[in-house]
Amino acid sequence: MFILSLLMSLNILSTAQDLRISIGGTAPAFSLMNVNGKKVGFSDYPNAKGFIIVFTCNTCPYSKAYEKRIIDLNNKFSPLQFPLIAINPNDPVGSPGDSFQKMKEHAAAAHFTFPYLYDKDQSVTTIYGAKNTPHVYIVSKKGDTYTVEYIGAIDNDTPNKDPAKVNFAEDAVLALLQDKKPAINFTRAIGCRIVWKKK
Amino acid sequence: MNKLEERIHRGGDTTYVVNFWATWCAPCIKELPEFEKLNKVYKRNLKVILVSLDFKSELEQSVLPFVRRKKLKSEVWLLDEDDQQKLIDRIDAGWSGALPATLFIKGSKRHFFERSFTLPELVKEYKKIQ
Repeated sequence: MFILSLLMSLNILSTAQDLRISIGGTAPAFSLMNVNGKKVGFSDYPNAKGFIIVFTCNTCPYSKAYEKRIIDLNNKFSPLQFPLIAINPNDPVGSPGDSFQKMKEHAAAAHFTFPYLYDKDQSVTTIYGAKNTPHVYIVSKKGDTYTVEYIGAIDNDTPNKDPAKVNFAEDAVLALLQDKKPAINFTRAIGCRIVWKKK
Repeated sequence: MNKLEERIHRGGDTTYVVNFWATWCAPCIKELPEFEKLNKVYKRNLKVILVSLDFKSELEQSVLPFVRRKKLKSEVWLLDEDDQQKLIDRIDAGWSGALPATLFIKGSKRHFFERSFTLPELVKEYKKIQ
């Protein structure tokens, strides 16, 4: 019983901390190189109502497992002015399969319908506090204000077999499109740790 | 997951070092020998449990061949839990879900780390939780 209560108190503390750091706060602007050689940032989408930012990569098995779902998210919400932007956070020295060249090849082979950006100096990954791939940040846009509304997983069922799965990311965007706050705004998921540059 | 918790509760005085890994996680595989050494050196009071987070569908194809090839001596588990939210909450609320991760348990004490370990670092944390 003691372990359980200890666990629960830890739970409250740590969740509260995570929330204080990001959700409801400003989503930092960025401008990163897309696989087509053009830089992409929020300002390239003047009509957007928000963004689904996904830190993901070529190599992680979890990213691969979610790849179709990432494409589907963009196909569903981009026409509703809520586009998806993918960012590869990994250092190509530590993860050669995630080099800019490999990103270009992968985006073409997988028919990405969204920008796939290269965070060369890992500064955007650092600011957003992304920890693993895939890691989702959903941002709402009101005028010039960009607000972090959801951080976490795409859904709660990586193997994609549970009919009762909860689509966290999709539900959050649907709520925001109705001018509501997401019912669940923070989740965690197993993923591949981001490969950081060796200092 | 319930079985894993039962397993640890039965342990009494033993320190459990629960390492979360996967066959596709390079830093995990790199540090596995360190956990194996720890298990061997402190076998009287310590037990290493290696918990694989590979997909269940990979059990026959990847996990078992890997365990055999590497001749892993520590206990190896594969978690039968698709809902990762629940899983992560039960292991440690501060965990982002990134691998590798390691949990030291002794009685009611739990120390959790989302990082890689070397043998001397493992020994240090083992001594700290006593």
